[in-house]
Amino acid sequence: MSATRTTDHVMTILAPEGMLGYGIPVRSMAEGMKRNPHAIAVDAGSTDPGPYYLGAGVPFTNRRAFKRDLAMILEAARERRIPVLVGSAGGGGGTPHLEWTLDVYREICRERGYRFRTAVIGAEVDKDWLKQQIARGRTSPLDLDSPLTAADVDESVCIVAQMGYEPFMRALDMDAEVIIAGRAYDPAPIGALPMRAGFDPGLVIHMGKILECGGAAAYPRHGSDSLLGFVEESSFIVEPPNPDKVCTVASVAAHTLYEKADPSLLHLPGGAIDLSETTFEQINPRQVRVSGTRYVKAPAYTLKLEGVRRVGYRTLAIAGVRDPILISQIDAYLENIRQRVAETYPDGYRLIFHVYGRDGVMGRLEQVKEIRSHEIGLVIEVVADDPDTSAAVLALARSAGLHVTYPGRKAIAGNLAFPFSPSDIKAGEVYEFNIHHLVVVDDPLELFPIEIVET
Amino acid sequence: MRRTIGEIAAFVTSKNAGPFLLTLDIVFPDRATYERFKALKALDPVTIAGLYGVMAEDVLKIIEFDPAYAVKITLRRPLGSGALGESDVYGAQQHVPLMEHAVSWEDT
Repeated sequence: MSATRTTDHVMTILAPEGMLGYGIPVRSMAEGMKRNPHAIAVDAGSTDPGPYYLGAGVPFTNRRAFKRDLAMILEAARERRIPVLVGSAGGGGGTPHLEWTLDVYREICRERGYRFRTAVIGAEVDKDWLKQQIARGRTSPLDLDSPLTAADVDESVCIVAQMGYEPFMRALDMDAEVIIAGRAYDPAPIGALPMRAGFDPGLVIHMGKILECGGAAAYPRHGSDSLLGFVEESSFIVEPPNPDKVCTVASVAAHTLYEKADPSLLHLPGGAIDLSETTFEQINPRQVRVSGTRYVKAPAYTLKLEGVRRVGYRTLAIAGVRDPILISQIDAYLENIRQRVAETYPDGYRLIFHVYGRDGVMGRLEQVKEIRSHEIGLVIEVVADDPDTSAAVLALARSAGLHVTYPGRKAIAGNLAFPFSPSDIKAGEVYEFNIHHLVVVDDPLELFPIEIVET
Repeated sequence: MRRTIGEIAAFVTSKNAGPFLLTLDIVFPDRATYERFKALKALDPVTIAGLYGVMAEDVLKIIEFDPAYAVKITLRRPLGSGALGESDVYGAQQHVPLMEHAVSWEDT
Protein backbone atom coordinates (compact mmCIF):
# COMPACT_ATOMS: atom_id res chain seq x y z
CA MET A 1 0.00 0.00 0.00
CA SER A 2 1.13 3.54 -0.73
CA ALA A 3 0.30 4.99 2.68
CA THR A 4 3.88 5.62 3.77
CA ARG A 5 5.49 6.95 0.59
CA THR A 6 7.23 9.80 2.38
CA THR A 7 9.71 10.47 -0.43
CA ASP A 8 7.05 11.55 -2.92
CA HIS A 9 7.32 15.17 -3.99
CA VAL A 10 3.62 15.32 -4.65
CA MET A 11 0.76 13.59 -2.91
CA THR A 12 -2.55 13.43 -4.71
CA ILE A 13 -5.91 13.13 -2.98
CA LEU A 14 -9.23 12.57 -4.73
CA ALA A 15 -12.35 13.88 -3.03
CA PRO A 16 -15.02 12.21 -5.19
CA GLU A 17 -17.83 14.42 -3.83
CA GLY A 18 -18.60 16.92 -1.11
CA MET A 19 -21.05 14.69 0.73
CA LEU A 20 -20.99 10.92 0.54
CA GLY A 21 -24.29 9.90 -1.01
CA TYR A 22 -25.06 13.04 -3.02
CA GLY A 23 -24.08 11.32 -6.29
CA ILE A 24 -20.56 10.92 -7.74
CA PRO A 25 -20.48 11.63 -11.50
CA VAL A 26 -19.07 8.50 -13.18
CA ARG A 27 -16.86 10.45 -15.56
CA SER A 28 -15.38 12.61 -12.79
CA MET A 29 -14.50 9.52 -10.77
CA ALA A 30 -12.85 7.88 -13.78
CA GLU A 31 -10.90 11.04 -14.71
CA GLY A 32 -9.89 11.49 -11.09
CA MET A 33 -8.53 7.93 -10.85
CA LYS A 34 -6.47 8.49 -14.02
CA ARG A 35 -4.40 10.97 -12.00
CA ASN A 36 -3.22 8.18 -9.70
CA PRO A 37 -4.42 9.51 -6.34
CA HIS A 38 -2.70 8.23 -3.20
CA ALA A 39 -6.04 8.12 -1.36
CA ILE A 40 -9.75 8.64 -1.83
CA ALA A 41 -11.22 10.68 0.99
CA VAL A 42 -14.70 11.97 1.58
CA ASP A 43 -16.69 13.86 4.16
CA ALA A 44 -20.06 12.32 4.97
CA GLY A 45 -21.47 14.67 7.57
CA SER A 46 -22.59 18.13 8.56
CA THR A 47 -24.71 19.98 11.08
CA ASP A 48 -26.24 21.93 8.19
CA PRO A 49 -29.36 19.79 7.75
CA GLY A 50 -30.28 20.70 11.30
CA PRO A 51 -30.49 18.94 14.67
CA TYR A 52 -32.91 16.15 13.78
CA TYR A 53 -30.47 13.66 12.27
CA LEU A 54 -28.04 13.64 15.16
CA GLY A 55 -30.92 13.30 17.62
CA ALA A 56 -32.89 10.61 15.82
CA GLY A 57 -29.75 8.64 14.93
CA VAL A 58 -30.55 8.57 11.22
CA PRO A 59 -28.63 9.72 8.14
CA PHE A 60 -29.73 12.64 5.97
CA THR A 61 -28.60 10.90 2.80
CA ASN A 62 -30.60 8.29 0.98
CA ARG A 63 -29.40 4.70 1.60
CA ARG A 64 -29.53 3.65 -2.04
CA ALA A 65 -27.59 6.70 -3.19
CA PHE A 66 -25.10 6.31 -0.36
CA LYS A 67 -24.52 2.65 -1.21
CA ARG A 68 -23.98 3.43 -4.88
CA ASP A 69 -21.37 6.10 -4.10
CA LEU A 70 -19.54 4.08 -1.47
CA ALA A 71 -19.42 1.03 -3.76
CA MET A 72 -17.95 3.18 -6.54
CA ILE A 73 -15.22 4.44 -4.19
CA LEU A 74 -14.40 0.97 -2.84
CA GLU A 75 -14.18 -0.49 -6.34
CA ALA A 76 -11.74 2.20 -7.48
CA ALA A 77 -9.63 1.98 -4.31
CA ARG A 78 -9.44 -1.81 -4.46
CA GLU A 79 -8.14 -1.73 -8.01
CA ARG A 80 -5.30 0.65 -7.09
CA ARG A 81 -4.66 -0.59 -3.56
CA ILE A 82 -5.07 2.90 -2.10
CA PRO A 83 -6.75 3.78 1.19
CA VAL A 84 -10.29 5.08 1.58
CA LEU A 85 -11.02 7.54 4.37
CA VAL A 86 -14.58 8.48 5.35
CA GLY A 87 -15.29 11.13 7.99
CA SER A 88 -18.52 11.92 9.88
CA ALA A 89 -20.11 8.65 8.82
CA GLY A 90 -23.87 8.67 8.47
CA GLY A 91 -24.10 12.45 8.72
CA GLY A 92 -24.21 13.04 12.46
CA GLY A 93 -21.20 10.84 13.18
CA GLY A 94 -22.65 9.30 16.36
CA THR A 95 -22.76 5.59 17.14
CA PRO A 96 -26.06 4.85 15.31
CA HIS A 97 -24.79 6.75 12.26
CA LEU A 98 -21.57 4.75 12.29
CA GLU A 99 -23.53 1.50 12.57
CA TRP A 100 -25.77 2.49 9.67
CA THR A 101 -22.71 3.22 7.54
CA LEU A 102 -21.08 -0.09 8.51
CA ASP A 103 -24.27 -1.93 7.62
CA VAL A 104 -24.19 -0.49 4.10
CA TYR A 105 -20.43 -1.05 3.87
CA ARG A 106 -20.68 -4.71 4.92
CA GLU A 107 -23.52 -5.25 2.45
CA ILE A 108 -21.34 -3.96 -0.40
CA CYS A 109 -18.39 -6.09 0.68
CA ARG A 110 -20.58 -9.17 1.00
CA GLU A 111 -22.22 -8.69 -2.39
CA ARG A 112 -18.94 -8.04 -4.18
CA GLY A 113 -16.66 -10.32 -2.20
CA TYR A 114 -14.44 -7.43 -1.03
CA ARG A 115 -12.14 -7.83 1.93
CA PHE A 116 -10.51 -4.76 3.41
CA ARG A 117 -8.63 -4.24 6.63
CA THR A 118 -11.10 -1.76 8.10
CA ALA A 119 -10.70 0.70 10.94
CA VAL A 120 -13.84 1.98 12.65
CA ILE A 121 -13.43 5.10 14.79
CA GLY A 122 -16.13 6.11 17.27
CA ALA A 123 -16.89 9.75 18.10
CA GLU A 124 -19.74 9.68 20.59
CA VAL A 125 -18.94 11.32 23.92
CA ASP A 126 -19.58 9.64 27.25
CA LYS A 127 -21.85 11.84 29.38
CA ASP A 128 -20.12 11.10 32.69
CA TRP A 129 -16.74 11.90 31.20
CA LEU A 130 -18.08 15.19 29.83
CA LYS A 131 -19.61 16.18 33.17
CA GLN A 132 -16.23 15.56 34.79
CA GLN A 133 -14.65 17.91 32.25
CA ILE A 134 -17.25 20.59 33.07
CA ALA A 135 -16.38 20.22 36.76
CA ARG A 136 -12.69 20.59 35.89
CA GLY A 137 -13.34 23.77 33.94
CA ARG A 138 -12.22 22.18 30.66
CA THR A 139 -15.25 23.21 28.56
CA SER A 140 -16.07 26.59 27.03
CA PRO A 141 -18.81 28.03 24.80
CA LEU A 142 -18.25 28.40 21.07
CA ASP A 143 -20.91 30.59 19.44
CA LEU A 144 -23.35 30.43 22.33
CA ASP A 145 -22.93 32.74 25.28
CA SER A 146 -23.84 30.18 27.90
CA PRO A 147 -21.30 27.80 29.40
CA LEU A 148 -21.93 24.07 29.18
CA THR A 149 -23.75 22.65 32.21
CA ALA A 150 -24.26 19.14 33.53
CA ALA A 151 -28.00 19.66 32.86
CA ASP A 152 -27.29 20.30 29.16
CA VAL A 153 -25.35 17.04 29.05
CA ASP A 154 -28.13 15.12 30.79
CA GLU A 155 -30.78 16.55 28.45
CA SER A 156 -28.81 15.77 25.32
CA VAL A 157 -29.75 12.58 23.48
CA CYS A 158 -26.54 12.35 21.48
CA ILE A 159 -23.22 14.15 21.93
CA VAL A 160 -20.36 13.84 19.46
CA ALA A 161 -16.91 15.38 19.29
CA GLN A 162 -15.21 16.32 16.03
CA MET A 163 -12.00 14.31 15.81
CA GLY A 164 -8.89 15.82 14.30
CA TYR A 165 -6.21 14.24 12.09
CA GLU A 166 -4.65 12.04 14.77
CA PRO A 167 -7.24 9.21 14.89
CA PHE A 168 -7.10 8.85 11.08
CA MET A 169 -3.29 8.84 11.15
CA ARG A 170 -3.28 6.22 13.91
CA ALA A 171 -5.66 4.04 11.87
CA LEU A 172 -3.28 4.36 8.90
CA ASP A 173 -0.44 3.30 11.23
CA MET A 174 -2.54 0.21 11.95
CA ASP A 175 -2.46 -0.54 8.18
CA ALA A 176 -6.14 0.19 7.69
CA GLU A 177 -7.19 0.12 4.03
CA VAL A 178 -10.63 1.57 4.73
CA ILE A 179 -11.26 4.00 7.59
CA ILE A 180 -14.84 4.71 8.58
CA ALA A 181 -14.93 7.38 11.24
CA GLY A 182 -17.65 9.03 13.28
CA ARG A 183 -17.91 12.81 13.60
CA ALA A 184 -14.72 14.40 12.30
CA TYR A 185 -13.38 17.80 11.40
CA ASP A 186 -14.40 17.82 7.73
CA PRO A 187 -10.89 18.23 6.24
CA ALA A 188 -9.32 15.56 8.52
CA PRO A 189 -9.98 12.45 6.38
CA ILE A 190 -8.75 14.32 3.30
CA GLY A 191 -5.48 15.44 4.86
CA ALA A 192 -4.63 12.48 7.10
CA LEU A 193 -2.40 10.69 4.59
CA PRO A 194 -0.31 13.75 3.53
CA MET A 195 -0.18 14.97 7.14
CA ARG A 196 1.23 11.60 8.18
CA ALA A 197 3.70 11.73 5.29
CA GLY A 198 5.11 14.98 6.64
CA PHE A 199 3.70 17.60 4.27
CA ASP A 200 3.26 21.13 5.63
CA PRO A 201 0.24 21.10 7.98
CA GLY A 202 -0.97 24.57 6.94
CA LEU A 203 -1.13 23.48 3.30
CA VAL A 204 -2.61 20.07 4.07
CA ILE A 205 -5.36 21.58 6.21
CA HIS A 206 -6.20 24.32 3.72
CA MET A 207 -6.32 21.81 0.87
CA GLY A 208 -8.68 19.68 2.95
CA LYS A 209 -10.91 22.67 3.60
CA ILE A 210 -11.32 23.12 -0.13
CA LEU A 211 -11.63 19.44 -1.03
CA GLU A 212 -14.12 18.59 1.71
CA CYS A 213 -16.91 20.14 -0.36
CA GLY A 214 -15.79 18.27 -3.48
CA GLY A 215 -16.44 20.10 -6.74
CA ALA A 216 -18.06 23.07 -4.98
CA ALA A 217 -14.81 25.00 -5.41
CA ALA A 218 -14.99 24.64 -9.21
CA TYR A 219 -17.15 26.51 -11.72
CA PRO A 220 -19.76 26.10 -13.02
CA ARG A 221 -20.98 25.26 -9.58
CA HIS A 222 -23.83 22.85 -10.02
CA GLY A 223 -24.44 19.29 -8.91
CA SER A 224 -22.35 17.04 -6.74
CA ASP A 225 -18.86 16.60 -8.19
CA SER A 226 -15.24 15.68 -7.50
CA LEU A 227 -12.06 17.63 -6.82
CA LEU A 228 -8.39 16.66 -6.95
CA GLY A 229 -5.76 18.10 -4.63
CA PHE A 230 -2.01 17.84 -5.25
CA VAL A 231 0.06 18.82 -2.24
CA GLU A 232 3.73 19.66 -2.73
CA GLU A 233 6.49 20.99 -0.50
CA SER A 234 5.46 24.66 -0.44
CA SER A 235 2.07 24.83 -2.17
CA PHE A 236 -0.88 22.77 -3.27
CA ILE A 237 -2.88 22.69 -6.49
CA VAL A 238 -6.58 22.00 -6.92
CA GLU A 239 -8.25 20.87 -10.12
CA PRO A 240 -11.65 19.44 -11.00
CA PRO A 241 -11.40 16.05 -12.75
CA ASN A 242 -14.63 16.92 -14.61
CA PRO A 243 -13.30 18.33 -17.92
CA ASP A 244 -16.30 20.67 -18.19
CA LYS A 245 -15.36 22.50 -15.02
CA VAL A 246 -12.49 24.75 -14.00
CA CYS A 247 -10.95 25.99 -10.80
CA THR A 248 -10.39 29.74 -10.87
CA VAL A 249 -8.83 32.01 -8.30
CA ALA A 250 -12.32 33.35 -7.63
CA SER A 251 -13.91 29.91 -7.28
CA VAL A 252 -11.24 28.65 -4.91
CA ALA A 253 -10.83 31.83 -2.87
CA ALA A 254 -14.59 32.25 -2.56
CA HIS A 255 -14.88 28.69 -1.33
CA THR A 256 -12.40 29.47 1.42
CA LEU A 257 -15.04 31.86 2.79
CA TYR A 258 -17.84 29.36 2.63
CA GLU A 259 -19.65 28.61 5.89
CA LYS A 260 -16.93 30.29 7.92
CA ALA A 261 -17.35 33.20 10.31
CA ASP A 262 -13.80 34.53 9.75
CA PRO A 263 -11.79 33.36 6.73
CA SER A 264 -8.44 34.74 7.93
CA LEU A 265 -8.05 32.37 10.86
CA LEU A 266 -9.75 28.98 10.71
CA HIS A 267 -9.76 26.93 13.89
CA LEU A 268 -9.45 23.17 14.02
CA PRO A 269 -8.72 20.53 16.63
CA GLY A 270 -5.37 21.47 18.18
CA GLY A 271 -4.75 24.68 16.24
CA ALA A 272 -5.73 27.00 13.43
CA ILE A 273 -4.66 27.99 9.95
CA ASP A 274 -3.76 31.58 9.23
CA LEU A 275 -4.76 32.71 5.73
CA SER A 276 -3.59 36.31 6.01
CA GLU A 277 -0.57 35.59 3.75
CA THR A 278 -2.32 33.09 1.48
CA THR A 279 -2.02 33.59 -2.26
CA PHE A 280 -4.11 32.01 -5.01
CA GLU A 281 -2.53 31.72 -8.45
CA GLN A 282 -4.10 30.63 -11.74
CA ILE A 283 -1.40 28.39 -13.24
CA ASN A 284 -3.46 27.25 -16.22
CA PRO A 285 -7.13 27.52 -17.17
CA ARG A 286 -8.17 24.62 -14.93
CA GLN A 287 -5.77 24.66 -11.97
CA VAL A 288 -5.19 27.01 -9.05
CA ARG A 289 -2.08 26.95 -6.89
CA VAL A 290 -2.43 27.96 -3.25
CA SER A 291 0.48 28.86 -1.01
CA GLY A 292 1.32 30.85 2.09
CA THR A 293 -1.25 29.33 4.45
CA ARG A 294 0.36 28.81 7.85
CA TYR A 295 -0.47 26.38 10.61
CA VAL A 296 -0.64 27.83 14.11
CA LYS A 297 -0.52 25.32 16.93
CA ALA A 298 -2.89 26.07 19.81
CA PRO A 299 -1.60 26.10 23.39
CA ALA A 300 -4.22 23.47 24.30
CA TYR A 301 -5.80 20.74 22.18
CA THR A 302 -9.51 21.51 21.95
CA LEU A 303 -12.30 19.53 20.34
CA LYS A 304 -15.66 20.81 19.17
CA LEU A 305 -18.69 19.18 20.77
CA GLU A 306 -22.13 18.91 19.19
CA GLY A 307 -25.22 17.76 21.02
CA VAL A 308 -28.98 17.90 20.62
CA ARG A 309 -31.92 17.59 22.97
CA ARG A 310 -35.45 16.46 22.14
CA VAL A 311 -38.05 19.21 22.41
CA GLY A 312 -41.18 17.24 21.48
CA TYR A 313 -43.20 15.88 18.58
CA ARG A 314 -44.32 17.85 15.56
CA THR A 315 -47.57 17.73 13.59
CA LEU A 316 -48.19 20.19 10.76
CA ALA A 317 -50.68 21.17 8.10
CA ILE A 318 -50.08 23.11 4.88
CA ALA A 319 -52.74 25.43 3.48
CA GLY A 320 -53.15 28.39 1.15
CA VAL A 321 -55.19 31.57 1.42
CA ARG A 322 -56.38 33.43 -1.71
CA ASP A 323 -59.11 35.65 -0.25
CA PRO A 324 -57.95 39.31 -0.14
CA ILE A 325 -60.36 40.16 2.66
CA LEU A 326 -58.79 37.50 4.85
CA ILE A 327 -55.21 38.31 3.77
CA SER A 328 -55.76 41.95 4.77
CA GLN A 329 -56.43 40.86 8.38
CA ILE A 330 -54.25 37.76 8.58
CA ASP A 331 -52.72 38.58 11.97
CA ALA A 332 -56.09 38.99 13.68
CA TYR A 333 -57.30 35.79 12.00
CA LEU A 334 -54.30 33.78 13.25
CA GLU A 335 -54.70 35.22 16.74
CA ASN A 336 -58.34 34.15 16.66
CA ILE A 337 -57.27 30.58 15.85
CA ARG A 338 -54.74 30.69 18.66
CA GLN A 339 -57.46 31.75 21.13
CA ARG A 340 -59.90 29.09 19.95
CA VAL A 341 -57.25 26.43 20.47
CA ALA A 342 -56.33 27.80 23.91
CA GLU A 343 -59.92 27.48 25.07
CA THR A 344 -59.59 23.69 24.74
CA TYR A 345 -55.84 23.27 25.25
CA PRO A 346 -54.57 26.06 27.53
CA ASP A 347 -50.90 24.98 27.58
CA GLY A 348 -48.40 22.18 27.02
CA TYR A 349 -47.63 22.85 23.37
CA ARG A 350 -46.23 25.40 20.93
CA LEU A 351 -48.49 26.55 18.07
CA ILE A 352 -46.49 28.26 15.33
CA PHE A 353 -47.79 29.83 12.10
CA HIS A 354 -45.33 30.12 9.21
CA VAL A 355 -46.84 32.72 6.88
CA TYR A 356 -45.28 32.41 3.40
CA GLY A 357 -45.86 35.57 1.42
CA ARG A 358 -45.20 37.64 4.53
CA ASP A 359 -42.21 36.47 6.63
CA GLY A 360 -42.18 32.71 6.19
CA VAL A 361 -38.57 32.72 4.98
CA MET A 362 -36.88 35.30 7.16
CA GLY A 363 -39.01 35.31 10.32
CA ARG A 364 -37.93 38.03 12.68
CA LEU A 365 -35.14 39.15 10.31
CA GLU A 366 -37.76 40.18 7.70
CA GLN A 367 -38.01 43.96 7.32
CA VAL A 368 -40.72 43.99 4.62
CA LYS A 369 -43.80 44.36 6.74
CA GLU A 370 -46.65 44.53 4.22
CA ILE A 371 -47.96 41.56 2.24
CA ARG A 372 -47.41 42.16 -1.50
CA SER A 373 -48.72 38.84 -2.78
CA HIS A 374 -52.23 37.94 -3.94
CA GLU A 375 -51.99 34.66 -2.07
CA ILE A 376 -50.18 33.38 0.99
CA GLY A 377 -49.07 29.97 2.13
CA LEU A 378 -49.62 28.85 5.70
CA VAL A 379 -47.79 26.13 7.56
CA ILE A 380 -49.53 25.44 10.83
CA GLU A 381 -47.15 23.70 13.21
CA VAL A 382 -47.68 22.20 16.65
CA VAL A 383 -44.93 20.80 18.86
CA ALA A 384 -45.94 19.05 22.08
CA ASP A 385 -44.37 16.64 24.56
CA ASP A 386 -46.15 13.62 23.15
CA PRO A 387 -47.35 12.76 19.63
CA ASP A 388 -51.03 12.47 20.58
CA THR A 389 -51.22 15.93 22.12
CA SER A 390 -49.37 17.31 19.12
CA ALA A 391 -51.89 15.73 16.71
CA ALA A 392 -54.91 16.80 18.78
CA VAL A 393 -53.85 20.45 19.02
CA LEU A 394 -52.98 20.60 15.33
CA ALA A 395 -56.34 19.07 14.37
CA LEU A 396 -58.15 21.75 16.33
CA ALA A 397 -55.99 24.55 14.92
CA ARG A 398 -56.59 23.26 11.40
CA SER A 399 -60.38 23.00 11.78
CA ALA A 400 -60.58 26.36 13.57
CA GLY A 401 -58.47 27.86 10.78
CA LEU A 402 -60.88 26.52 8.19
CA HIS A 403 -64.01 27.78 9.86
CA VAL A 404 -63.45 30.81 12.12
CA THR A 405 -65.17 33.94 10.92
CA TYR A 406 -63.70 37.41 10.48
CA PRO A 407 -65.10 40.87 9.70
CA GLY A 408 -66.40 41.23 6.13
CA ARG A 409 -66.18 37.50 5.39
CA LYS A 410 -67.84 36.48 2.10
CA ALA A 411 -66.39 32.96 1.76
CA ILE A 412 -68.39 31.35 4.52
CA ALA A 413 -67.73 27.75 3.40
CA GLY A 414 -64.06 27.78 4.41
CA ASN A 415 -60.92 29.91 4.80
CA LEU A 416 -58.17 27.55 3.71
CA ALA A 417 -57.15 25.62 0.58
CA PHE A 418 -55.47 22.36 1.63
CA PRO A 419 -53.33 20.80 -1.11
CA PHE A 420 -53.33 17.36 0.52
CA SER A 421 -55.66 14.84 2.06
CA PRO A 422 -54.90 13.98 4.81
CA SER A 423 -54.15 17.55 5.75
CA ASP A 424 -52.39 16.74 9.03
CA ILE A 425 -48.84 15.45 8.72
CA LYS A 426 -47.06 13.76 11.60
CA ALA A 427 -43.47 14.99 11.35
CA GLY A 428 -42.09 12.99 14.27
CA GLU A 429 -39.57 13.94 16.90
CA VAL A 430 -38.19 17.48 17.08
CA TYR A 431 -34.70 18.24 18.33
CA GLU A 432 -32.64 21.33 18.85
CA PHE A 433 -28.92 21.94 19.21
CA ASN A 434 -28.14 22.46 22.89
CA ILE A 435 -24.40 21.74 22.88
CA HIS A 436 -22.01 23.62 20.65
CA HIS A 437 -18.98 23.96 22.89
CA LEU A 438 -15.29 23.20 23.13
CA VAL A 439 -13.53 20.75 25.43
CA VAL A 440 -9.82 20.57 26.15
CA VAL A 441 -8.21 17.12 25.99
CA ASP A 442 -4.70 15.92 26.85
CA ASP A 443 -4.63 13.32 24.11
CA PRO A 444 -6.15 13.89 20.64
CA LEU A 445 -7.00 10.17 20.54
CA GLU A 446 -8.66 9.76 23.92
CA LEU A 447 -12.27 10.24 22.83
CA PHE A 448 -12.02 8.22 19.65
CA PRO A 449 -11.72 4.44 20.03
CA ILE A 450 -10.25 2.72 16.97
CA GLU A 451 -11.33 -0.81 16.24
CA ILE A 452 -10.05 -3.01 13.43
CA VAL A 453 -12.77 -5.13 11.90
CA GLU A 454 -12.61 -7.60 9.03
CA THR A 455 -15.20 -7.52 6.29
CA MET B 1 -26.09 57.66 -8.41
CA ARG B 2 -26.88 54.62 -6.31
CA ARG B 3 -26.48 50.95 -7.09
CA THR B 4 -27.51 47.93 -5.04
CA ILE B 5 -24.84 45.59 -3.77
CA GLY B 6 -26.49 42.92 -5.90
CA GLU B 7 -25.84 45.01 -9.01
CA ILE B 8 -22.18 45.58 -8.12
CA ALA B 9 -21.16 42.16 -6.79
CA ALA B 10 -20.74 38.81 -8.56
CA PHE B 11 -22.33 36.94 -5.64
CA VAL B 12 -24.29 37.86 -2.54
CA THR B 13 -25.10 34.80 -0.47
CA SER B 14 -25.98 33.62 3.03
CA LYS B 15 -25.30 30.39 4.89
CA ASN B 16 -24.96 28.97 8.37
CA ALA B 17 -21.55 29.12 9.98
CA GLY B 18 -22.43 26.47 12.52
CA PRO B 19 -25.95 26.23 13.97
CA PHE B 20 -25.93 29.60 15.74
CA LEU B 21 -24.29 31.99 13.28
CA LEU B 22 -25.35 33.29 9.91
CA THR B 23 -22.68 34.43 7.49
CA LEU B 24 -23.21 36.67 4.46
CA ASP B 25 -20.65 36.75 1.65
CA ILE B 26 -20.32 39.51 -0.93
CA VAL B 27 -17.89 38.46 -3.67
CA PHE B 28 -16.82 41.08 -6.23
CA PRO B 29 -15.95 40.26 -9.83
CA ASP B 30 -12.48 41.80 -9.81
CA ARG B 31 -9.95 43.61 -7.65
CA ALA B 32 -10.89 47.07 -8.96
CA THR B 33 -14.56 46.70 -8.05
CA TYR B 34 -13.63 45.22 -4.70
CA GLU B 35 -11.23 48.07 -3.89
CA ARG B 36 -13.80 50.68 -4.93
CA PHE B 37 -16.40 49.07 -2.70
CA LYS B 38 -13.99 48.86 0.22
CA ALA B 39 -13.14 52.55 -0.18
CA LEU B 40 -16.83 53.46 0.26
CA LYS B 41 -16.78 52.11 3.82
CA ALA B 42 -20.48 51.49 3.26
CA LEU B 43 -20.97 48.64 5.69
CA ASP B 44 -20.71 48.92 9.44
CA PRO B 45 -22.53 47.04 12.22
CA VAL B 46 -25.23 49.72 12.59
CA THR B 47 -26.04 49.61 8.86
CA ILE B 48 -26.20 45.82 8.80
CA ALA B 49 -28.26 45.76 11.99
CA GLY B 50 -30.73 48.14 10.34
CA LEU B 51 -31.05 45.91 7.28
CA TYR B 52 -31.95 42.90 9.41
CA GLY B 53 -33.74 44.50 12.35
CA VAL B 54 -31.23 43.23 14.89
CA MET B 55 -29.03 44.92 17.49
CA ALA B 56 -25.63 46.17 16.31
CA GLU B 57 -23.92 43.88 18.85
CA ASP B 58 -25.44 40.88 17.04
CA VAL B 59 -23.38 41.83 13.98
CA LEU B 60 -20.32 39.96 15.12
CA LYS B 61 -17.86 40.51 12.29
CA ILE B 62 -17.43 42.45 9.07
CA ILE B 63 -14.32 41.17 7.36
CA GLU B 64 -12.67 42.22 4.12
CA PHE B 65 -10.94 39.21 2.59
CA ASP B 66 -8.57 40.42 -0.10
CA PRO B 67 -7.62 37.04 -1.64
CA ALA B 68 -11.27 36.42 -2.65
CA TYR B 69 -12.25 40.07 -3.37
CA ALA B 70 -14.89 39.47 -0.77
CA VAL B 71 -16.57 41.07 2.20
CA LYS B 72 -17.96 38.75 4.82
CA ILE B 73 -20.49 39.62 7.49
CA THR B 74 -21.34 37.31 10.37
CA LEU B 75 -24.49 37.72 12.46
CA ARG B 76 -25.80 35.90 15.46
CA ARG B 77 -28.94 34.01 14.38
CA PRO B 78 -32.08 35.04 16.31
CA LEU B 79 -32.83 31.31 16.67
CA GLY B 80 -30.49 28.37 16.19
CA SER B 81 -30.79 26.29 13.02
CA GLY B 82 -33.80 24.01 13.37
CA ALA B 83 -34.94 25.52 16.68
CA LEU B 84 -38.69 25.90 17.27
CA GLY B 85 -40.10 28.77 15.20
CA GLU B 86 -36.98 28.97 13.07
CA SER B 87 -37.52 29.32 9.33
CA ASP B 88 -34.32 28.56 7.38
CA VAL B 89 -32.37 25.50 8.54
CA TYR B 90 -29.44 26.07 6.15
CA GLY B 91 -29.61 29.86 6.39
CA ALA B 92 -29.40 30.00 2.60
CA GLN B 93 -32.15 32.58 1.90
CA GLN B 94 -31.22 35.44 4.24
CA HIS B 95 -29.18 37.45 1.75
CA VAL B 96 -31.83 39.71 0.19
CA PRO B 97 -31.72 42.77 2.51
CA LEU B 98 -27.97 42.96 1.89
CA MET B 99 -28.33 42.32 -1.86
CA GLU B 100 -30.91 45.10 -2.18
CA HIS B 101 -28.97 47.59 -0.09
CA ALA B 102 -28.03 50.57 -2.28
CA VAL B 103 -24.73 52.41 -1.99
CA SER B 104 -23.31 55.48 -3.70
CA TRP B 105 -21.80 54.20 -6.96
CA GLU B 106 -20.93 55.89 -10.25
CA ASP B 107 -20.85 53.54 -13.24
CA THR B 108 -17.47 53.70 -14.98
